[in-house]
Amino acid sequence: MLLTGLFFGVLAAVVYISPEFLKNSIGFNSLRPLHVSSALFWIFLGATGSVYNGVMIVTGQKVNNTIAIAQWILWMIAIIGIFISYFTKHFGGREYWEFDPVWALPIAVAWILFFVNFYKHIYKVRNWPVYMWMWFTGLVFFFFSFTENYLWLFPVFREHFVTDMTIQWKVNGSLVGAWNQLVYGTAFFLMDRITGTKAVGKNNLAFAMYFLGLFNLMFNWGHHIYTLPTDKYIRYIGYAVSMTEWIFFVKIIYNWKKSVSDIQKHYHYFPYRFIMASDFWVFINIGLASLLSIPAINIYTHGTHVTVAHAMGTTIGINSMILLAACFEFLKPGLYRDMKPTFRMNLNFWTLQICLIVLFLSLNIAGFKKGLWQLSENQSSYSMMMQSLQPYFIAFLFAGIGLLITFSVFGITLLRNVKSSLYS
Amino acid sequence: MRFKARHIFLMLSTLFLAYSFSIYLHPFGTSYDKRLNRELVSEGRLVWQKYNCQSCHQFYGLGGYLGPDLTNFMSAPGRGEPFLKAMVKSGIKQMPAFDLTDDEVHKLAEFLKATDLSGRADPRAFKTNNLGMIEQDEHK
Repeated sequence: MLLTGLFFGVLAAVVYISPEFLKNSIGFNSLRPLHVSSALFWIFLGATGSVYNGVMIVTGQKVNNTIAIAQWILWMIAIIGIFISYFTKHFGGREYWEFDPVWALPIAVAWILFFVNFYKHIYKVRNWPVYMWMWFTGLVFFFFSFTENYLWLFPVFREHFVTDMTIQWKVNGSLVGAWNQLVYGTAFFLMDRITGTKAVGKNNLAFAMYFLGLFNLMFNWGHHIYTLPTDKYIRYIGYAVSMTEWIFFVKIIYNWKKSVSDIQKHYHYFPYRFIMASDFWVFINIGLASLLSIPAINIYTHGTHVTVAHAMGTTIGINSMILLAACFEFLKPGLYRDMKPTFRMNLNFWTLQICLIVLFLSLNIAGFKKGLWQLSENQSSYSMMMQSLQPYFIAFLFAGIGLLITFSVFGITLLRNVKSSLYS
Repeated sequence: MRFKARHIFLMLSTLFLAYSFSIYLHPFGTSYDKRLNRELVSEGRLVWQKYNCQSCHQFYGLGGYLGPDLTNFMSAPGRGEPFLKAMVKSGIKQMPAFDLTDDEVHKLAEFLKATDLSGRADPRAFKTNNLGMIEQDEHK
């Protein structure tokens, strides 16, 4: 799913440089949802696998295989149906969920099965570590927000445009918070496993940060809609709560050096490296998000590629790095835990990080230039403004190709490892 | 720790539910703009989704980044339903021609009328207040 998402992302990026590209065949309005849905499904399925592995390690029991297989089949039905509908241009949903609502049903049922399989294994565990709370939270709130996402099926909501948009962006904000709980919970679990202690999972400060994260999941989303003429209290709550993100930011800086020295003592080469990479990207993205949450700055960046930079920075830089760390840790621990890194793999790791930095910067510069255009009194035409951003879109495209190649190298390595373990 | 965590979790969840329902109930307590046909607005929203217009276009800066924001399309100089019809049926540059029926165009136009009447999306129409929040500038 990750590689599929990157592939369609690269094709979609070409349209920014060559507007006629695939215009009369698949078209941008199919490429974008193919890219976004693939990326989201990679995160959901990657998080599902990570949670299952984590639960089995914590409880020492296997999860129910029948439920897990049923869950997997439902996901496959949904993914195949959604991809066919995108290729044949049968839309009907909303941004990030553009497919016909009928395909949401197998996803919802699969999620219920996931919750059942998760909870029946962990309800006997006493004194949940923080990552258990995070997984539980992610599971519950994903389902709540996913269901809320379909309130638009009732005409009364569609009739009221501003309320409808408010709910739509409430859902999107909370869903991101929910899957972040699943992925960050995995990061906490891996840190405990890498250090060989329970220092992170039982730490009071970790619980304080978890509740702050939960609070943000619930009430932070209002910063997406400062310009929407919704009720004032919604925008002010979003503004006030989003300012608590600065606490995360300061805490990360404070902990930076300490976390490095703690984890370095224990040598899980790629899981450790990907966790550290995600730490760096958390720092960058929370810094950017905190600035974007200030309305007076947001007015310059809202509706521009700065928002895209933030979205891609978090999904690739944070979520994907943590999930790759989990893949290297869980898929075949014996091979990778003590594996000496090769020059080729190290080069690939750093090339990936550099490509992501180029992608992030190119989008931010393009977005900032668009922001200045949006606020200028003597605006040129929209197409002229987009034309002036071409150099940044070219850099963005090449960085995207670089990410596709480097992620493919890691993906192929992991898949070969799984294949060889099946025959060993 | 578990006991305390559970209580904080439940307290926050209750607040979240109350906040969510305060938003869901909003349409039931407000009068509807008499200039709009609510059924057509609702159907127009579905046309917008059917053709995935959001992949390129935005409302209030929310949506795709390839095409312009369409919140105030209907009141822009030289725009309106006939222009909308010509645009979607013939396409322009990277935007392909879409095969909308006249009925669908009419519904879409009513929906765009609703977005237009909701307020102004142009970032130049905002000012910053003393708390750092942005507000619509009534003089622009």
